[in-house]
Amino acid sequence: MAVVRPVAILEHLNMPAWSEAQGNDIIRRHAGREGALLPILHDMQATFGHVPTPAVPVIAEALNLTRAEVHGVVSFYHDFRDKPAGRHVLKLCRAEACQSVNGERLARQFLDRFGVEWGGTTPDGRLTIEATYCLGLCASGPSAMLDGEVIGRLTKDSIDDIAREVG
Amino acid sequence: MATRIFVPRDAAARAVGADKVAAAIAEETKRKGIAVEIVRTGSRGLFWLEPLVEVETPAGRIGFGPVAAKDVASLFADGLPAASHALCVGRPEEIPFLKKQTRITFARCGIIDPLSLADYRAHGGMRGLERARSLGPAATVEEVTKSGLRGRGGAGFPTGIKWKTVADTAADRKYIVCNADEGDSGTYADRMIMEGDPFLLIEGMAIAGFAVGATKGYIYIRSEYPDAIRVMERAIVLAEREGLLGAEARFDLEVRVGAGAYVCGEETSLLESLEGKRGQVRAKPPLPAHKGLFGKPTVINNLISLATVPAILADGAEHYAALGMGRSRGTMPIQLAGNSKYGGLFEAAFGLTLGEIVEDIGGGTRTGRPARAVQVGGPLGAYFPRKLFDTPFDYEAFAGLDGLIGHGGVVVFDDTVDMAHQARFALEFCAIESCGKCTPCRIGSVRGTETMDKIIRGERVEANLALVTDLCQTLKFGSLCALGGFTPYPVMSAIRHFPEDFDRPRLKAAAE
Repeated sequence: MAVVRPVAILEHLNMPAWSEAQGNDIIRRHAGREGALLPILHDMQATFGHVPTPAVPVIAEALNLTRAEVHGVVSFYHDFRDKPAGRHVLKLCRAEACQSVNGERLARQFLDRFGVEWGGTTPDGRLTIEATYCLGLCASGPSAMLDGEVIGRLTKDSIDDIAREVG
Repeated sequence: MATRIFVPRDAAARAVGADKVAAAIAEETKRKGIAVEIVRTGSRGLFWLEPLVEVETPAGRIGFGPVAAKDVASLFADGLPAASHALCVGRPEEIPFLKKQTRITFARCGIIDPLSLADYRAHGGMRGLERARSLGPAATVEEVTKSGLRGRGGAGFPTGIKWKTVADTAADRKYIVCNADEGDSGTYADRMIMEGDPFLLIEGMAIAGFAVGATKGYIYIRSEYPDAIRVMERAIVLAEREGLLGAEARFDLEVRVGAGAYVCGEETSLLESLEGKRGQVRAKPPLPAHKGLFGKPTVINNLISLATVPAILADGAEHYAALGMGRSRGTMPIQLAGNSKYGGLFEAAFGLTLGEIVEDIGGGTRTGRPARAVQVGGPLGAYFPRKLFDTPFDYEAFAGLDGLIGHGGVVVFDDTVDMAHQARFALEFCAIESCGKCTPCRIGSVRGTETMDKIIRGERVEANLALVTDLCQTLKFGSLCALGGFTPYPVMSAIRHFPEDFDRPRLKAAAE
């Protein structure tokens, strides 16, 4: 399987490449808000699929922060990516409530099935599997989130269902 | 007239197919010409029965569950679902799990349409804010103090005292911050309120704002809760439209979304995050009540604390304070989770024993094996063995056993659990989530994980256990916040109560 270049993944995701004009639009939308950095970063990621490196100085300039400060925030939070994820993102819960119902064993089967490790993306850019620590579905575990949609009571059969869905 | 059918839209119900069930009901009833109105509610919190479909009848609602989309045709085979159907669970209120509860904070959750203010009012909503306004700010704070309400995030600090400190601090601007960064595994109470009764939180925050003189509120919701974010944002728009929020009400409310950092559930770290910074904890003092968000006096409360205030105001402090035991007054939403047969939210007065919660209410384990360990209070809570099942659910009783009730999560493990592995995970989780500000937490968690690995491999077990014990002392007394400070609870409780899991000859032999 050929390794797909990030740009191709972006096209696949139907997400635009970084543009300063669009980035500035996002920043303008949050003008005047208290503590605007996190909302801006969330919007950047929603628009571009990640927080593009060239966005950092633009944000810093707009918020009167240093680049280091903005980078520090981007890199502190698990949610923000510095490169795009796969076309689909599967978050598997690894916290205690899901551990108690064999979530770890099932998670390993997911990883093996798609041939990735935690945080990895399949070579065709189809799927990224990430760890999450609790989705608040703790009486219905093991649980997961596929592209923002929650899934509970996962079983081995769920692996096939998800494989079909991301196919 | 169309019969109302209730299908939960709570994330835990959607996670097991509630949307498909609602769509199937819409399609099937249309095809058969049965007049129904589908109402999407929150969840009652009986998760083993989800999706729990309820049908309105002259004798009250009748429940059916767990319903799969494929069951819908048989449910509506002869018109409306009948009590004779195999999935019928009767009147939900009569299910022992629900009947035994004292629902105060969760009185409406799972019953009303979460985004109908008319429904909210019809079920007793807004009475608390009205009474607060008639009492005045100072008496409102006094009422909260008298109720004995303590912080439901886990620290158990008296809510009224926090409010009074902010009320007494002069400033040009004050804030109310709701901590809805519900990161503890085994907890979902905040999520259920946001998705099932969002106006309750809005009312609670409006009361807090009125009581302390704050004009702006933030709800900090973790990004892992997209459903809750959607419902809460919509509810705020609806409340603004009715003048409950906004210029007229002199109180504005805004949702802010976290970004996957567990430590932001710690109040000072949450404030940093709201200010747009790295979620690193602040040293206290100054207290947030004096210098909180943007340096202004700030009430920062757990969501459940704020959501309990309307009922306290509506029905009076004495009514609430009459429930509970010792210094733990009122009710606690206990969240049965993990390997529990009847997992779900159980709101009850403080004082039930852990054994009653796990065995009588939760019905033991889902796997049918004996429950061996129970972690109470999230990833920083202690693991309890069966021999401590007589511990009453109470802030002081758990603290006395080197544990905590935290936000009320109860995660049940059966006898296949490996407690050495759980102790290792507690340290690893601390390492993943440490904000990095203080050394014991940042470095200690990593060294602790490595040392636990050695123990699991059977290397110099006794010496390494002594090392972990020593390290836990450092973490407990040398960390700035509860993340490093409480990680020793799960680690040491596992070592103390389950020593047999830490020295396994078989593992030792394999390592040599």
